[in-house]
Amino acid sequence: MSDMTDKAETTPTPPRTYGRMAKREMRFAYSMLAPTFLIVLAIVLLPLVANFWISFKPVTLSDLRPPELNINERLRGDLVEAGDTAELEYRLRNTSQKASIYEAGFVDIIPDGLEVTGLDERCTLSGRELTCTLGDLPEKFRDRIRLQVIADTAYLTSPVEPRDNPAEAFGRSDNILTNFQFTLDNFSRIFSSPDFWKVLRVTFYYTVFGTASALVLGLFAAQLLNQSFKGRSVLRGLFLFPYVAPVIAVAFTWIILLDPYSGTLNALLVRSGMIGAPIDFFGQRDVDISIFGLTFQFPVALTTVIAFEAWRYFPLSFLFILARMQALSTDVYEAAEIDGATPLQQFWYISLPQLVGILAVLFLLRFIWTFNKFDDIFLLTGGAAGTRTLTVDVYEQAFAVSNLGAGAAVAVVVFVVLLVFSLIFFKFSPQDDG
Amino acid sequence: MRIGTGFIAAILLGAFWGIVWMIVVGLVFTLFSGQSTAPPLAIAALAGAVGAAIYALSPVKTRDRPKSRGPRVQATMVIAIFAILMLLTFGEPFGLSLAYTTGPQLIALAVFLVALWWSIVAALHDQSSGNLARYHLEVIFLRFMKGLGLTIFTIVVALPFYVMVMTSFKSQQSLISNPLDLSIDLSQGLSGLFSSYIELFTVYSFGTFLMNSAIVSVATVIITLAFAVPGAYAVARLNFPGQAFLSRSILLIYMVPAIVLVIPLYSVFSQVGLRNSLVGLMIVYPATTIPVALYMLQGYFRGLPSELEEAGLMDGLKRPGVILKITLPLALPALASVALYVFMIAWNEFLFAFMFLDDVSMFTLSRGVVSLNSSEVPRQHLMAGAVIATVPVLFIFLWFERFLVAGLTAGSVKG
Repeated sequence: MSDMTDKAETTPTPPRTYGRMAKREMRFAYSMLAPTFLIVLAIVLLPLVANFWISFKPVTLSDLRPPELNINERLRGDLVEAGDTAELEYRLRNTSQKASIYEAGFVDIIPDGLEVTGLDERCTLSGRELTCTLGDLPEKFRDRIRLQVIADTAYLTSPVEPRDNPAEAFGRSDNILTNFQFTLDNFSRIFSSPDFWKVLRVTFYYTVFGTASALVLGLFAAQLLNQSFKGRSVLRGLFLFPYVAPVIAVAFTWIILLDPYSGTLNALLVRSGMIGAPIDFFGQRDVDISIFGLTFQFPVALTTVIAFEAWRYFPLSFLFILARMQALSTDVYEAAEIDGATPLQQFWYISLPQLVGILAVLFLLRFIWTFNKFDDIFLLTGGAAGTRTLTVDVYEQAFAVSNLGAGAAVAVVVFVVLLVFSLIFFKFSPQDDG
Repeated sequence: MRIGTGFIAAILLGAFWGIVWMIVVGLVFTLFSGQSTAPPLAIAALAGAVGAAIYALSPVKTRDRPKSRGPRVQATMVIAIFAILMLLTFGEPFGLSLAYTTGPQLIALAVFLVALWWSIVAALHDQSSGNLARYHLEVIFLRFMKGLGLTIFTIVVALPFYVMVMTSFKSQQSLISNPLDLSIDLSQGLSGLFSSYIELFTVYSFGTFLMNSAIVSVATVIITLAFAVPGAYAVARLNFPGQAFLSRSILLIYMVPAIVLVIPLYSVFSQVGLRNSLVGLMIVYPATTIPVALYMLQGYFRGLPSELEEAGLMDGLKRPGVILKITLPLALPALASVALYVFMIAWNEFLFAFMFLDDVSMFTLSRGVVSLNSSEVPRQHLMAGAVIATVPVLFIFLWFERFLVAGLTAGSVKG
């Protein structure tokens, strides 16, 4: 991040007009950035806008499949000799239960060797091409079109199934994703639900404690590995494992490790007599704890999820804090040593003040990323037992309840809260480079 | 033989280390042998305290007394610890008769003695038993905390991975009958030991998942670099209006949460038929990794001396030639670290794979392992799947650790 500030300080302000060389360089730079710009625009920025769009629409999962005219064609009757007649039947159906198809119809090619005699009034035949226009089809529309055909010898020697050459449907349907029907229902629904505020509270609790504990653990670990000793590089590699391993692997390992019936940790705790009965770490919402006569509810599942978060992400803060620590100059410590400062005083008055910058940056970054986290909680508890955060709520609303609009509305909340934090980050980040 | 704060500190240190090593060795012994133990913590504390007292009461080694605190004192200490432990536990150092699993118990006992001996010597070797200044008391306290911290961190980090690997070698029945028994039964032969893995590859088509993951991850790396290298070069080296703004806002794009993108992408990909395909992932993954790759690379490019490139330009090379012949070879380590990093992100990605892929033949490893998480599939299969997903990425990480650590801290990013 230092690069950005350096840049701003060292480059003079560009001249008002550009020379030929400058223009060429500019064009070259834009052409090198264009692909990146396009893909980011298409896959990140447009979906971001689209999410706002969807959040104002009453869209459900089933709306994603647009209404279609489904055509099933078959030949009724036996064609044995030349001149035999049969019926070519088209069964038509609107696949949607609630949307119409406008100006619908279909085009089909009549197999060679079949001569059409009885033509439905909705259809026209030009050459072998059959075109049927059906007009507007209401929801759940069903109908049949039958045509009389006569077979000739050529057909009988090499019969063709009409189905081999499927009819092509056309028609216009109202796509709920692209029309201009907007409503505030999604937002009023999520804001009026009492669950939403609980989810918001859980999200902040998870984010603040998850970030802080990962940071504190990282600081401890960095402090431990700051001095050199045998096996330090091995331990540094080991300490990074939780962060490097795939989230699915470590999440399921924790689930199995903490399982109340056959988990290793519960068995250890029970047999050593530390707890009476196994704890359902990921399934129990809260447990009453009384200290000095005051009873309060301790959120078990949420705390376990936060512990996982701290375990999985402490390596990152550890790595950055360690890198910063090793960049600190040793002179100050030698001077302090001579002055008789104790190790704890040296840490408190010399190391910590110099680490505040990187700690602040890490806190903000981790805060934003923890706030965004979906996989961890989703895999560990699925949002059950009082651990549902905003991101899990997006998934629940959109895919479990299959209300895409409501999910997008929650996602808008996620984004807005995040924007505020990003702005804070943006304001603070250039002042200190880690 | 002075008795002061140093002596008290030594006794406390010995007692604490006695307790810590008894718990740690007991735990490790239990997990390796399956025998549950009842570690006698009070006796271990006493043994540790006496051992530390014996060591601390011997005068500190100086030039006048080169043999002080030498092998004789240390041997006395270890024998005292051993004697107290054995006598007070009636010959059951872990609360378990030595007749059971004698070999492992003896090894555990030896480990306990060595660990306790080493911790006491390492913490007290230069501290006397007389009255100590605050500085020296803090030194002893911090040595204890440091040792304790390293022990706890190592256990907390390694235990889940150990459980993951060992569970994959067990059977459902033995797991439920004794969750503490993570020992390996070697008598069943290799095919019995690896039965979960064999079944995953033969019945659950993990070969396909592995292949899919490899294809998607490698393609993501290639596509990301193809986009990010020119972009990063432009941002780092060329002058154009909006350059400062761009280089600052790249990271902001990386802050956009995936969960906000999922609903629109799901809707659009469903309608254009990209949803249930690896191509869809190969579009989404690079788009999400390009900003971070670009950010990391532009940092490296800025750090390269621009004089070399200017010399190239003077000699008649065009810009693309300069990039290909001068900049890229110089930035090779950076490219490697970014490539590995992007590979890891793509390999570990879960959300989009989970949302987009329905067809089993399209599953990546992440998606495949999740599909094992059901009550019908035994849990050793789930853990074997987790191991299969973890091993390649851990292998790569260990192989290229220096690159990766340098890349991570240089780019200073990623959640």
